[in-house]
Amino acid sequence: MSSSPRSSDAPLSAAELEERFEELIGAVLSSRRTAAGIAHELAARGRALQDFVLQWAAVTAKSSPELAYQFAALAARAVAELGFAGAERWLLAAMEVHDREGLYRASAELKDLDAFVERSRERGRGIAFDEVAPVLELFVAGLAGRRLRLEAAESAWTDTATLYLPARIALLPSHADNFRLYKLSAALLWAQTRHGTFNLPEAAYPREERALALFNVLEALRLAARLERGLPGLHRDLQALARPALGPEWAQAAGQLRRPGASAADSAALVATLPRSAQPPAWPFLGMLDPACAAAVRDERLAREKRLLRAALARFEEELRGARDEGASPAAGETPRLRLESAEGGEEIAVTLGGQPVAPPQELKRLAESVLQDLGRLPEDLLQPAGEGPCGAAAQAQPASEERPAEEEAGALLYDEWDHRRKQYRKGWCVLRERDVHPGDPAFVPAARARYRPQVRQLRRSFEALRGEDKRLRGEPFGDDVDLDALVRALAALRAGAELDERVFARRARHERDMAVLFMVDMSGSTKGWINDCEREALVLLTEVLEVLGDRYAIYGFSGVTRKRCEVYRVKRFDEPCDALVERRIAGIQPLDYTRMGAAIRHLSAILAAQQARTRLLVTLSDGKPDDFSDGYRGEYGIEDTRQALVEAKRAGIHPFCITIDREARGYLPRMYGAVNYTVVADVARLPLKVAEVYRRLTA
Amino acid sequence: MNAPRAAEATALMVSEEPYYRAVRGEAELFEAAHRNRVPVLLKGPTGCGKTRFMEYMAWRLGRPLVTVACHDDLTAADLVGRYLVTADETVWLDGPMTHAVRIGALLYLDEIVEARKDTTVVIHPLADDRRTLFIEKRGEVLHAPPEFMLAISYNPGYQSVLKELKQSTRQRFVALDFDYPAAELEAAIVARESGIDAAAAERLVRLAHMTRNLKGNGLNEGASTRLLVHAGKLIAQGVAPRAACEGAISQALTDEREMLAALNELVTSVF
Repeated sequence: MSSSPRSSDAPLSAAELEERFEELIGAVLSSRRTAAGIAHELAARGRALQDFVLQWAAVTAKSSPELAYQFAALAARAVAELGFAGAERWLLAAMEVHDREGLYRASAELKDLDAFVERSRERGRGIAFDEVAPVLELFVAGLAGRRLRLEAAESAWTDTATLYLPARIALLPSHADNFRLYKLSAALLWAQTRHGTFNLPEAAYPREERALALFNVLEALRLAARLERGLPGLHRDLQALARPALGPEWAQAAGQLRRPGASAADSAALVATLPRSAQPPAWPFLGMLDPACAAAVRDERLAREKRLLRAALARFEEELRGARDEGASPAAGETPRLRLESAEGGEEIAVTLGGQPVAPPQELKRLAESVLQDLGRLPEDLLQPAGEGPCGAAAQAQPASEERPAEEEAGALLYDEWDHRRKQYRKGWCVLRERDVHPGDPAFVPAARARYRPQVRQLRRSFEALRGEDKRLRGEPFGDDVDLDALVRALAALRAGAELDERVFARRARHERDMAVLFMVDMSGSTKGWINDCEREALVLLTEVLEVLGDRYAIYGFSGVTRKRCEVYRVKRFDEPCDALVERRIAGIQPLDYTRMGAAIRHLSAILAAQQARTRLLVTLSDGKPDDFSDGYRGEYGIEDTRQALVEAKRAGIHPFCITIDREARGYLPRMYGAVNYTVVADVARLPLKVAEVYRRLTA
Repeated sequence: MNAPRAAEATALMVSEEPYYRAVRGEAELFEAAHRNRVPVLLKGPTGCGKTRFMEYMAWRLGRPLVTVACHDDLTAADLVGRYLVTADETVWLDGPMTHAVRIGALLYLDEIVEARKDTTVVIHPLADDRRTLFIEKRGEVLHAPPEFMLAISYNPGYQSVLKELKQSTRQRFVALDFDYPAAELEAAIVARESGIDAAAAERLVRLAHMTRNLKGNGLNEGASTRLLVHAGKLIAQGVAPRAACEGAISQALTDEREMLAALNELVTSVF
């Protein structure tokens, strides 16, 4: 602190300033390069600016007097453009460059004040993907159609499963406008997936770059017209941002695409009719098209969903038939068939049975609508159930590694296994060990939390409602207050000649949730990729809500190869708090080998049974069939053993609940889970929320 | 039936035809159930017209309607009746269930899973072929007249396993599944109930479908037909559609900031 005799806010004179600069950066000054000019300029300014420049020149001079000199020379202008805080950022950015890359680059950075000013203005009005993603994801989910993921990318495009949006938009003058631009980009991509931009055969798409760009514009015109009918608000916004306006050479094509029946095929045909002079306009919301990539994603999905849809229809028909047979009188002879119908060009499906509309299960409806969305119509072969489809036809992958040498069986636990052919247990058949999960990426859990922020908040709230608050119990035989209603009732009964009811008290009691829950997570190789990600995200959401509830819980993973190497992986034991280590273990859950479910269920039931709790819940999370590549576990044996293990758990006073991620809708599930409750999640993306939802339902 | 009771029954009659549009022959099914003295279970989300359907059926069958909204403190005694003490004597007062049985009404127990477990004691004998109500405190057994019918409702959307309708209960009922009506019909209903024109009603329905797409993604329930009618009434009063939807729909559905923002973006897309 300088103890200047002058009052501290009076400006310094040029001479005083020059003297101070001499002290600070004298090393880079000479007779030809003095601080006089800078001092002179600053002398005319207020003390605040002078102090700012002197203070930061002093800081900078410690690393580089040269940089400090350059800073002092530009500081006044920088403050005028950016304000004190902005100028500070400008200097600090340059100092960072200095630390990293040296003086030469740093001074270039510092001198390019204009670029910095431009960048920081853009930051002010621009908007980042992360900021808008939670709202836009909900927005797109609301619009209709199948679930779409949102991800940041170089430019806006879609593969029909994910909408890619720029990481940042700062094109327009205000924050609100840029948000609108994000929303319109997302909406247009959504419209492409919803209204058939990618439903043409691959050969129909223009190959040449310019032609594809023209097709993109024509599609935007067609989709905008389509939006005008259903979403006039969006259409208005699109119109407002479609600048520059199109020239007259587009008029004819635009008119054709405005017709209600216009399709992507019309857009493709119109490309050739545009004159050479037609140039694709640089509309800000216009993204890119990648028909090949979209086709690959779409074909894969179609194949899967068609198979599922056939199976779902068959199941539904069987259900209806069962219901009819139970009914009073089966109608004359023939059984009516189910039939899917969709109006011409419509987006809704109807299901009829013998001409009468029936309400299809949600899942069937969703599948049919998704197929309809991809094809624009329902193919003839899908309109009626065709018996059991070819289920799980994909060839089973061969085991990656041969049977590893059996380790010593000492220190491991032995479990019986049910052999359905012999109708008895194989004693001590499975060798099971507990292992620790290797901690994974510490960033995973916070990222997952951020991703599901709005949903987590809703979940937390709905779980808080479960937490059980103080409740006033009425009509109790003892208590700290008189239940007047009950007393009046009792007295009235007494007068009427009945016995005096003793339950006339009220008391407050805390509704205790006495619950222990163990989550058992599939770590078999088949969960690789998305399923594994979603399993881990599901656990993140679960830990959130379980912490709210205060329920005791444990998380274990399971996998293994052969009966000699069944493994159970500790993620969180009952007695462990949910700390950073547990979070990292959740992140570290990875796909390993096979799914010998029976032994894992038996081991974990034993752990759970040892917990003192009124309700014990075992929730399994797996991706379908129990499977092991040796000694015939695959197939019926595994299903029967799993079933048996679940029955044993139930007998031990545990409530098992199985959540299966199954895109094949295989027929064995009712048998395997016959004894216990289960749910099938077909859409992996929904798993994380579904698991929390299931838990809430189970324990509410 | 004595005179005051007849008067009460008249008060519970639905005198004017309630506006209801049958979708899948549910009215005929209900009538058949009534003829055969079988109780019904109405399943469906909130605000999709279950209660209105009951009013309509009461009108159609010409029976009085007794509706009880169940809550978690509702006991069997609340349904059956109780003694009250008046000046030096006790007077028996019929509960809604007893009353309904006596006058041969349609008894509608709304959100049955909310009621206390002990209510099953009185519901079960009334819901199977015994059709009797035992009034324990009076030692009286009431046999339900043929016109009496029990109907219960529950919303499978927010059932919990511990609060689930027990199999022994649900298997006594014929189930009618309700859902929001198909788009055109729902628009017609909204237009007629709120007095807005068909185009605005259609937009409201489109918005409702969008919110229903968000169910399970941060919303517990999508906008019900009832909410649309509320929004429609505001619009018919001259409130700007966006403001009406934000007030009657977005804000009614959620408090979450992001969800509100997304819902309002949907509103501005439709209007």
